[in-house]
Amino acid sequence: MQYALSILLSGISLGGQYALIAIGYTMVYGILRLINFAHGDVFMAAGLMMVYLTSFLGGLLPAGLVIPAGLLLSVALTVILGFVIERAAYKPLRSAPRMSVMISAIGVSYLLQNLATYVTGGLPQMYPEIPGLSKTVTIAGVSTKWVTIITPFLVVALVIALTQLINHTKIGMAMRAAAKDFETAQLMGVKLNAVISVTFVIGSFLAAVGSALYFTNYQSIVPLSGALPGLRAFVAAVFGGIGSIPGAVVGAFLIGISESIIKGSSWSVFSDAFTFALLIIILVVKPTGLFGEKVTDKV
Amino acid sequence: MSENVLKVENVTMQFGGVVAVDNLNLEVNKGEIVALIGPNGAGKTTAFNVITGVYQPTNGAVWFQGEKIVENHPQGKMKAMYKGEHAGEYSQVIAPTPDKVTRLGMARTFQNIRLWKSQTVFENVLIAKHCRTASNVFSATFRLNHKEEAAQRANVEELLETVGLSDVRDELATSLPYGKQRRLEIARALAAEPKLLLLDEPAAGMNPQETDELTAFIGEIRKRFGLTIFLIEHHMNLVMDISERIYVLDFGKLIAQGTPAEIQNNKRVIDAYLGVSEDA
Amino acid sequence: MQRTNQKGARTAFLCAAALLLIVLLIENLSVFLPAASVPKIFQSTSMLFTVLKKGVVYSLVAVSMNLLNGFAGLFSLGQAGFMLLGAYTYAILTIPVASRDTVYYIYNGSAINFSLPEIFGGGPVGLVLGVLLALILAGCVAALVAWLIGLPVLRLKGDYLAIATLGFGEIIRAVLQWDKLGPVTNGANALKSFPTFSSFNVQNDAGQVSLRLSCFVPFLLSGVCIAIIVMLINSTYGRAFKAIRDDEVAAEAMGINLARHKRMAFCISSFFAGFGGGMFAMYANQAQARTFTTAMTYEILLIVVIGGIGSVSGSCIASFLYVAASEWWLRFLDTETVLKSGFKVPLLRNGFRMVVFSVVIMIVVLFFRKGLMGDKELPDLFRRRRKEGAAK
Repeated sequence: MQYALSILLSGISLGGQYALIAIGYTMVYGILRLINFAHGDVFMAAGLMMVYLTSFLGGLLPAGLVIPAGLLLSVALTVILGFVIERAAYKPLRSAPRMSVMISAIGVSYLLQNLATYVTGGLPQMYPEIPGLSKTVTIAGVSTKWVTIITPFLVVALVIALTQLINHTKIGMAMRAAAKDFETAQLMGVKLNAVISVTFVIGSFLAAVGSALYFTNYQSIVPLSGALPGLRAFVAAVFGGIGSIPGAVVGAFLIGISESIIKGSSWSVFSDAFTFALLIIILVVKPTGLFGEKVTDKV
Repeated sequence: MSENVLKVENVTMQFGGVVAVDNLNLEVNKGEIVALIGPNGAGKTTAFNVITGVYQPTNGAVWFQGEKIVENHPQGKMKAMYKGEHAGEYSQVIAPTPDKVTRLGMARTFQNIRLWKSQTVFENVLIAKHCRTASNVFSATFRLNHKEEAAQRANVEELLETVGLSDVRDELATSLPYGKQRRLEIARALAAEPKLLLLDEPAAGMNPQETDELTAFIGEIRKRFGLTIFLIEHHMNLVMDISERIYVLDFGKLIAQGTPAEIQNNKRVIDAYLGVSEDA
Repeated sequence: MQRTNQKGARTAFLCAAALLLIVLLIENLSVFLPAASVPKIFQSTSMLFTVLKKGVVYSLVAVSMNLLNGFAGLFSLGQAGFMLLGAYTYAILTIPVASRDTVYYIYNGSAINFSLPEIFGGGPVGLVLGVLLALILAGCVAALVAWLIGLPVLRLKGDYLAIATLGFGEIIRAVLQWDKLGPVTNGANALKSFPTFSSFNVQNDAGQVSLRLSCFVPFLLSGVCIAIIVMLINSTYGRAFKAIRDDEVAAEAMGINLARHKRMAFCISSFFAGFGGGMFAMYANQAQARTFTTAMTYEILLIVVIGGIGSVSGSCIASFLYVAASEWWLRFLDTETVLKSGFKVPLLRNGFRMVVFSVVIMIVVLFFRKGLMGDKELPDLFRRRRKEGAAK
């Protein structure tokens, strides 16, 4: 019983972290029809930035302020990173064939991973301990960290805030319009550049928050640390219905829990393969996912 | 009585709750030129798409040269949503892919020209011959089929001469002027060796002179290749000049059929579509 | 038009034959000439030959990927998985029986106890026949798996196809590393001791090399494969692929069965990827699942992009440039350099080479989208110049 509870808790915590990344994927895909391959690596970069910022600020600020300042700065820098990537690597190719944009996304992912290898010298970096998140707590006899409890609540709060933004603000309406019909939205005067930038900003912000939660649990960061969580988050987004934010969240929690179960079983070596297999099954059986919409092609 | 080439029987096409084609019945006989006209959104291209296998009809059947090639009846969620007639009359499901329909002997052109951008005029037409190739990928790769390929190439050269595009055979297809591109699309359809040619708005975007040339052209290819032609068109001059019979569609329903003279004097058609001449 | 095509084919054949001859000659300079007179670059241990071998193997894989992505328009990222299947099939079928216990030491011997070169009688004849058959079987295994995968996956559009094939690549890698399959695949350990390119060097009785064929053989193998791919592209089926790429709705309307032709392109491309995978194992002297990651697929993809999507000669040229740059010319970027004045050059240390690479690739993707050759081939460049010259 205790074992099952610890698996469940870890699954919920993972699921929440994946949800924050998945939302970024699903929003970008909904508007640009682009799988932002680099999103997982932005997540990893956020973690690395926190590591370097805290060690840099450690000499400048009093001890109590280092972590909060580091968090704020790393989130800000990650948002800027996401914004710059969109402007530099995706915007110029907006009218190019889809394959070119995808190749560009792969190129950015490749560049971020190689930069990380270069900067870290190939050595894993340890994420700093965030007081309040990394302290251990015991629930029903199972010992876990505070972050496991906080994650689902934080995720729900952020999703509610995001849904309010999308449904009740002008920029939110613009995003919904662009997701429904990109060209017509442009013709109707929607400032697409602003909409797309806001999408990437929101996605990167959530990824940065997610990285703080995730790396508190898995403190060792290597250049490839973003690739797998990113992939799992992407599968979650597809599972929930690409383009649907609630779908991405539901999908993410389901994926987080199933990953937790598999990792705890004897088939743990197939954990990654399972994620891919699940993705392929969804794409073949029900490509629109749980909450997605069906689109018919007009000839 | 000339033999029946195409028979559309009780075809209804429903997308969700929207009925695009409502219980359509029409016939095209050998050697005829038949036109399908109607206002925009009447369901004409949808009808074409059902006939050529692009869409599966919600209900009804299509016969080609005496054989049933398409059949369907409402299934799953559609059973409850079906609004049309003749429900329960069709039990089979025959759903060919468009390439199968083409190989049976039907070829079409598109409302928005769909030529292969990276290929030349010659290659665009040659590719349409691929469906008539008997060789498999091995013999084609190792050139064991060179006789068949030479024959196909000669055939394409002839075709290009017939349609008057020989002088531009090595140009990129999309570098041609609009009128020539439309002619190329027709030549490409002809290369697939069809018995029935479906033309979707062949005169779209043409000026009166080009339309006249196209009218003569369609008459000529019918004679030369022994074709039956079924066309969708908005240019009334072309339609009235060349068609033997006309079907009129409005909001997915057939509202009239007959010879050009009959259609021109049909009140329903005039109200829905043709309008009255100003100096009447 | 036919006559120019035939003349073009004959020229291409002669050029290829000349290239093979040149490779054979420069490789054997160190055998026939006295050691002192051979410049360092043509010595048998020189980087030039490593680059030539790896470059020609990558050429084949890049062309196979271009066939699928560039000519048929199917964006697939599963190449590394098929190379892996090919490499393992080749290795498993050719490891000499005597060495099997050593290679499979963790599993107490291999489940497969024959090797193709030995079945064909050993010696040079056995080697040639065994290796050739093993490589062809390597391609066949890859093509078979491609056929199975293709059934569900080829219906997917664009990005989804890419991600699904990427996924299959990873699944294949996980399966081949599975402990339970150890007696066949050696689990997570490397497969070794199989015939490599160097096995083709002719040795005299004293054990000295009398004729080097270690560069000639891969060039010959790749050359033949690439020639077959080119013939396919120029055949009616190749044109059908291009039609599917340009407008598949029109292609279907003109009688081309999409599912069948897409599967055909997928299987043929995977066959050559598997064949290339077997050749890669011969180059690397070992086959290990860990090498064939998604990063390898990205490498090949980037080579295809740099060379020009839709250009066979572009892929070949870009392969050699890429391998030369990464293995040879740009190595200096990774070494910490201190100039004579004592000034330490900033930025240069381990990992910088890959960063520079990634930046170059982004520049090509963003500003030189057509790559080196666009969708033209090498003969097209010459034909254009001749036309211009005649006009003058």
